[in-house]
Amino acid sequence: MNKTVNQKAWFLVLPVLVLVAFSAVIPLMTVVNYSVQDSFGNNEFFWAGLEWFDELLHSERMWDALGRQLAFSAIILAIQIPLGIFIALNMPKKGVWVSVCLVLMSLPLLIPWNVVGTIWQIFGRVDIGLLGYTLDALGIDYNYTQDPVAAWITVIVMDVWHWTSLVALLAYAGLQSIPDAYYQAAKIDQASRWKVFRYIELPKITGVLMIAILLRSIDSFMIYTEPFVVTGGGPGNATTFLSIDLVKMALGQFDLGPAAAFSLMYFLVILLISWVFYTVMVNLDKRDGV
Amino acid sequence: MAKITLDNLAHSYYPNPKGEDDFALKELNHDWNDGEAYALLGSSGCGKSTLLNIISGLLEPSQGRILFNDVDVTHAPTTERNIAQVFQFPVVYDTMTVRDNLAFPLRNRGADPNYVAERVQKIGAMIGMEAMLDRKARGLTADAKQKISLGRGMVREDVNALLFDEPLTVIDPHMKWELRTQLKALHHEFGHTMIYVTHDQTEALTFADKVVVMYDGRVVQIGTPQQLFETPEHTFVGYFIGSPGMNVLDAEVTGQTARIGDTEIPLAGGYDGLKGKIQIGVRPEFTSLTTDPNGLPVTIRRIEDVGRHKIIRAAHNGTENNVIADEATPVDSDATRIAFDPSGINVYADDWRVAPSSKSVGKAA
Repeated sequence: MNKTVNQKAWFLVLPVLVLVAFSAVIPLMTVVNYSVQDSFGNNEFFWAGLEWFDELLHSERMWDALGRQLAFSAIILAIQIPLGIFIALNMPKKGVWVSVCLVLMSLPLLIPWNVVGTIWQIFGRVDIGLLGYTLDALGIDYNYTQDPVAAWITVIVMDVWHWTSLVALLAYAGLQSIPDAYYQAAKIDQASRWKVFRYIELPKITGVLMIAILLRSIDSFMIYTEPFVVTGGGPGNATTFLSIDLVKMALGQFDLGPAAAFSLMYFLVILLISWVFYTVMVNLDKRDGV
Repeated sequence: MAKITLDNLAHSYYPNPKGEDDFALKELNHDWNDGEAYALLGSSGCGKSTLLNIISGLLEPSQGRILFNDVDVTHAPTTERNIAQVFQFPVVYDTMTVRDNLAFPLRNRGADPNYVAERVQKIGAMIGMEAMLDRKARGLTADAKQKISLGRGMVREDVNALLFDEPLTVIDPHMKWELRTQLKALHHEFGHTMIYVTHDQTEALTFADKVVVMYDGRVVQIGTPQQLFETPEHTFVGYFIGSPGMNVLDAEVTGQTARIGDTEIPLAGGYDGLKGKIQIGVRPEFTSLTTDPNGLPVTIRRIEDVGRHKIIRAAHNGTENNVIADEATPVDSDATRIAFDPSGINVYADDWRVAPSSKSVGKAA
């Protein structure tokens, strides 16, 4: 067969190129541009070279925020993944309760993030919030505006409430796709409940669990709205995660250069995490496909 | 090993079955004798798998009892019944090696490790997977996975019964034959009670001592392959067993004669007082083409040469009739009628076979 050479076909990818340019490339390059310059307002910029990056790597503030961020992500993953699987295992498999469960579980996912923050901000208040008032009445010292531990617990419980459903729903979908014959065979083989989970259910939901872990770790790594509304990053810097710190730097102090360097580093970390997950998932697929 | 008794057993998937039609398995009384190999034969959706799952305890029947050696186990869970069952589609534990897969049922029962190792080796050889024992079960072909499933079914020696639910569907034809032979050998060696569900008549007839034919949730006949061939108790049995199946023709039967249109067909025995829809059934093996003007006129549609013999597809008034003729016999172009061997004719009233009554034989004579 003879192929006709027609370079005009390149024009077909033009719309996508324009879209990607305006939505990603140009904003990103602007940030790169800022990161190597210094500005004193009046739209005047001076070449700063790698100064901001150098400063960033020696900045205790950044390392603290990164540490808090990693701790937060690790904690919520350690809670949400097992809890989500547990909920999925105990959800009804058929009947009217399936829909009831699914709707109830989806509700937190449908609430706008700042509303989630507001709900918990009020819920936890000692003067008018149900949670804060009850704990206070029980004699438990709880005040998320003053006590860093209370603030952390509030932010984590809020995130668990908001996002565990996602893990549960994904795991549930994975579990539903296991044919009945597997459970029947396990009964015939006298497998215990734990072995059914370990050798049938867990291997079958590994794929969706990887997606759940990927989504949750990236999302939690970028968390901003909810803790901002509830604690505003405080008390002190106790709940100042990377994004909150970044906004403070860029919009609060208007340090465009350092903030740009900060965002690039932030972007690279997320890219790295995504790449690790992607590699793991591709290898899982390969192992299945042999 | 055990004798399995089904007592008034029936099952419906509806919570409140109204009529007989709501039952996937209609009332059934049957003994599966200890140590016999049975084939459960029937078309898809006739209740075979339901019956199997009730025996293994995966399903609790809506009514009736199941007894193992005269002990009621109707409400006993699967684990207490000590049954091995192999399913239609392969079930393997993906993350385990083939060896661990085979050892799984034994280990779950706390068997001695030396015994497990020895037993797994033996079963591995039996299913022809000795070389692959240390491979992960993930990524094996469907064939290999089903062999592992079969192996897991056979690994326990002390089971009450071995149930197979169309286990060879996914296996290629050559391996099918070999595995079936292995199953038979296993049966001879240990004398387990075996029930083998299939919709493939060859499989049923070669595997089993006794074949149980099910139709529409009911057991229509239990018998040796020969009985099923010679005296099908239900038109379904005649139609389902044999290749091609039995010819079934609407007829009027009085005494020793069946009448189809203007053609009179002599019968071997006499029948009287028949009620309902009357039909005669004759296997193609007992049917021949003839030039005799007393034969049943037919239109020949086509002739298939299947190697050992010819199948002549003919029709009488739209009803298909098949004739099996010798490979060597030429088909005469004048032979447009068929004749039936009287000893091969069965008479059916409302689809059930009627035995000839000796009284009417006398009358007719």
